Amino acid sequence: MAFIDYYQILGISKTAADKDIKNAYRKLARKYHPDLNPNDAEANKKFQQLNEANEVLSDPEKRKKYDKYGENWQHGEEYEKYAQQQQQSRPQGNYSSGQGGNFEGFGSEDFSDFFQSMFGQGGGGSARGRQAKYRGQDYNAELRLSLKESAETHKQTLTVNGKNIRITIPAGVENGQTIKIASHGGPGVNGGPAGDLYITFVVTDDPRFKRNGSDLYATVKLDLYTAMLGGEVTVDTLTSKVKIKVKPETQNGTKVKLKGKGLPVYKKDEQFGDLYITYDVQIPMNLTEKEKKLFEELAGDRKSER
Amino acid sequence: MTKTHLIATSEICKYHEVEYTFIHSLAEAGLLHITVVNQTPYITESDLQKLERMIRMHHELEINIAGIEAISHLLQRIEQMQEEMRLLRNSFQA
Repeated sequence: MAFIDYYQILGISKTAADKDIKNAYRKLARKYHPDLNPNDAEANKKFQQLNEANEVLSDPEKRKKYDKYGENWQHGEEYEKYAQQQQQSRPQGNYSSGQGGNFEGFGSEDFSDFFQSMFGQGGGGSARGRQAKYRGQDYNAELRLSLKESAETHKQTLTVNGKNIRITIPAGVENGQTIKIASHGGPGVNGGPAGDLYITFVVTDDPRFKRNGSDLYATVKLDLYTAMLGGEVTVDTLTSKVKIKVKPETQNGTKVKLKGKGLPVYKKDEQFGDLYITYDVQIPMNLTEKEKKLFEELAGDRKSER
Repeated sequence: MTKTHLIATSEICKYHEVEYTFIHSLAEAGLLHITVVNQTPYITESDLQKLERMIRMHHELEINIAGIEAISHLLQRIEQMQEEMRLLRNSFQA
């Protein structure tokens, strides 16, 4: 837990008047307000810091305490006494983890540990900066899937604020895609409607494949002799393996399309993308004397033909 | 499938301490839609989210209606561009 310089956050001096604090806060809030910075976690974090700084410095009582103990909060004897009196309880996060899934919530508006150890949870008073809403708060959550998992439709039960909700994740979701689950956000106030739950999917990379929409791309190593004389090669698809025929005299970098072996197209039943294979022909290394001799012979034949 | 919930503007005005003229001006600017049923003005639940955002801009950041109008258009473009960027990031030159 580190000391936080609230004056620095607002860009003001320690002797700043109340008016200067208010002005500095307003100015920076216009820059970092979450409503003006959609989907920007960095701005959101900055805004939280601003709110916290404003909460402390615009309240004469809190500012006095902060000025007195702030920097030495770890050492001050009086502060320690004060801290002991505070029954610290960490607020619970918005989410508990989903069953079997990697469900991480974000977007709660907690104050920092530093703030809470100094002023208690929620600062004793109500948060001044943020106005309560009639409509419930929207929740944002992230759900991680492997590429393979994203290829299948599956149902998952998530626990959000103690309530279980079943969601269906359609096959073919893309990295960064967000789905809205209406009315599963925070409850409304005074009969207002509930907010929504937004789930953003993070599809992790598979080292074997590159993805473009519903098409997959892979590179397959091909030994020189199969490339020259033709034959068969076994290729990994996302879910299994297939054997494909290699034509004689296949050039390095040749692309082959395996129709329908890509990912399912999002929300289109029975439609699949393709898998594109690029051959990477391996030139033999550490040639034996015999091999060298044979290659020289071959090279000689080619030269005399020209 | 989802039925449209209507919310009386008088409820919102009371709760957020805004004048009805504020909501009316936003509707005039085309930023939300007011539905009148039995001479009572309502807005839809999906507009409520937008309206509460505009109320926050007005109260917390002291932005006037003209400013809110300009910001709303820019925000829409930002959101479109973010979606476009996401699609571009996920694609590559094969």
